[in-house]
Amino acid sequence: MRPQKRLQQLKARRYRGAILINRDTKLFTVGYTGKQGTFHSLQSKDYGTQFVGGVTPGKGGVMHEGHPVFNSTAECVDKTGADAAMIFVPPPFAADAIMECVDAEVPLIVAITEGIPINDMVKVKAAVQNSKSRLIGPNCPGLITPGECKIGIMPGHIHMPGRVGVISRSGTLTYEAVYQLTQREIGQSTCVGIGGDPVNGTNFIDVLKLFNADPDTDAVIMIGEIGGSAETDAAKWIQDNMKKPVVSFIAGASAPKGKRMGHAGAIISGGDDTAESKFRVLEECGICVARSPAELGQKVEEVLKQ
Amino acid sequence: MNVHEYQAKELMREFGISVLGGQVATTADEAMKAAEALGGSVWVVKAQIHAGGRGKGGGVKIAKSLDEVKAHAESILGMNLITHQTGPEGKEVGKVFVEQGCDIDHEYYVGIVLDRNTSKITFMASSEGGVEIEKVAEETPEKIIKASVDPSVGFSPYIGRKLAYAIGLKGDSVKKAVKFFEGLYNMYIAKDCSIAEINPLVSTKDGDIIALDAKINFDDNALMRHPEIEALRDVTEESSQELDAAKYGLSYISLDGNIGCLVNGAGLAMGTMDIITLKGGSPANFLDVGGSANKEAVEKAFSIILEDKNVKAIMVNIFGGIMKCDIIAEGVVAAAKSLELKVPLVVRLEGTNVAIGKKILNDSGLKITAADGLDDAATKAVAAAEGKEV
Repeated sequence: MRPQKRLQQLKARRYRGAILINRDTKLFTVGYTGKQGTFHSLQSKDYGTQFVGGVTPGKGGVMHEGHPVFNSTAECVDKTGADAAMIFVPPPFAADAIMECVDAEVPLIVAITEGIPINDMVKVKAAVQNSKSRLIGPNCPGLITPGECKIGIMPGHIHMPGRVGVISRSGTLTYEAVYQLTQREIGQSTCVGIGGDPVNGTNFIDVLKLFNADPDTDAVIMIGEIGGSAETDAAKWIQDNMKKPVVSFIAGASAPKGKRMGHAGAIISGGDDTAESKFRVLEECGICVARSPAELGQKVEEVLKQ
Repeated sequence: MNVHEYQAKELMREFGISVLGGQVATTADEAMKAAEALGGSVWVVKAQIHAGGRGKGGGVKIAKSLDEVKAHAESILGMNLITHQTGPEGKEVGKVFVEQGCDIDHEYYVGIVLDRNTSKITFMASSEGGVEIEKVAEETPEKIIKASVDPSVGFSPYIGRKLAYAIGLKGDSVKKAVKFFEGLYNMYIAKDCSIAEINPLVSTKDGDIIALDAKINFDDNALMRHPEIEALRDVTEESSQELDAAKYGLSYISLDGNIGCLVNGAGLAMGTMDIITLKGGSPANFLDVGGSANKEAVEKAFSIILEDKNVKAIMVNIFGGIMKCDIIAEGVVAAAKSLELKVPLVVRLEGTNVAIGKKILNDSGLKITAADGLDDAATKAVAAAEGKEV
């Protein structure tokens, strides 16, 4: 079945908290036979994701850990009906792997790889914008719809099905937010890591739109960082369009100017991209701001009660 | 990665971008010989450090004779140059760049960066050069002209003309500027730059377009395919601890505070610094151990943190995903034993293999303060750094 047709069918059927992925999603991994690719593919499968196989050029035709390996993405999609790709290819070859998925019209491409050259992503982004695919990442933990489907490297067991969406530029900070929601038995509808690079396939607003339209999401946590204007752009969009409460934290209030804080995107360059100025804009736009990352769960509980 | 002005200009020359003749020197005699070889009657002696604002700090001087070149080089070499970008401690100057003088008609600005809003490589140009461009952007934003490049087409001459006319160039200078901009873009792409900034870009009385200064940064993620750029790295310009950390896959940045932080993930590492600050403490560093650290890397992280003599307490905050808690725990125990840890240690573990990790810490016999959650960990770390019992 063509992936596009499959996606349309999926959209027609509703599941709980189903933005982007759900129990019908069929996942394959590019870079499947590598150590990380194998480990996280099997982890996703153990979580309950329908994992159908993988791609490693030159190793096509064999079975690896019980699943078929193909030489090309097109062949994998054709033979398995997969509609989501998880990319574990090392940085020098990652742009090529994403482009191969775009060419095969894979509806959802999730690039986990950290350290892809920015100029590669500039070209890839332009190609993705004119394609039938959606790219999440790169340099991201992936995404998960608790209880249904996990695509990425996040620990599955800390999640719990619920009605709060999570969007974040950071991996482990997302786990922190998720953990707080689970401890309070609030749970999550879908959690999307959009990645810490300056050029990414999907931004905050793209995901906010999906949560806004999702009848199974009641509130959203948005976790941002210093650097760039993605959070302030999102804040303005939220003010004008969002029908659901949003709780937000921006990491890096204590970061010095001009130093890249791990993520390629997390660097204060102008004056408007500090945590303080982002907090200010978020508050002006009516967003519930958590100054401490330990307060996210509590703030969500508060906005849900209102 | 950052390079010196003289290295940037050598690279620019390869791409047909017009720069003045110049030579680098490490002694005053060498500087004088360089000036002699370059010829002419005016030279500029420029301190080579990785920071802007050198002129204001006394690191750039004009010489009208060879003796003056020598005298300037003597005063600049070895000086501790303080600019708004070096911090109050300044930077020692080890090299000077001796460059030919030129007859400046007007100073402009041109830079290439990634515009994160559009995800496109974008030119910025201004008729106001030779000053801080951030100031121009703030006070007279209309004087900054932007033009982005379609990644599937690359540089097109109209982009150059658009910029050149907008900043007020005329006649032959426009053609020269277009060629200059094209060369700069070609270099930006070919060498995977993250910033290529020419401030000032000057037009001369003869109508030439020349780069007087150059600030080129390179995308660290792309250095794997540019050994020729990696070879330009000046390790004396970088923190030895940060370089040392990078060898182990650790991302480390030294800060002014007294609570050492060891965290996995950049976002959580920043979040940890933030919550320490909110609790009234002060982080001594940013340290992300990454997703694939082993026991040795964790040990290394500890030794780097402890090299900082300001550290009065250490807070370990791990949320295991890719990173497993037991690996961290083993590293913590090994480091605490081998380094004879004397400062209080607060550990918060959560996520993958957390039970095994906690058992390793408990069985180690070390004095470790276990914390329950992020808030508790930060509270305890701040109290410990203040010398309180936790």
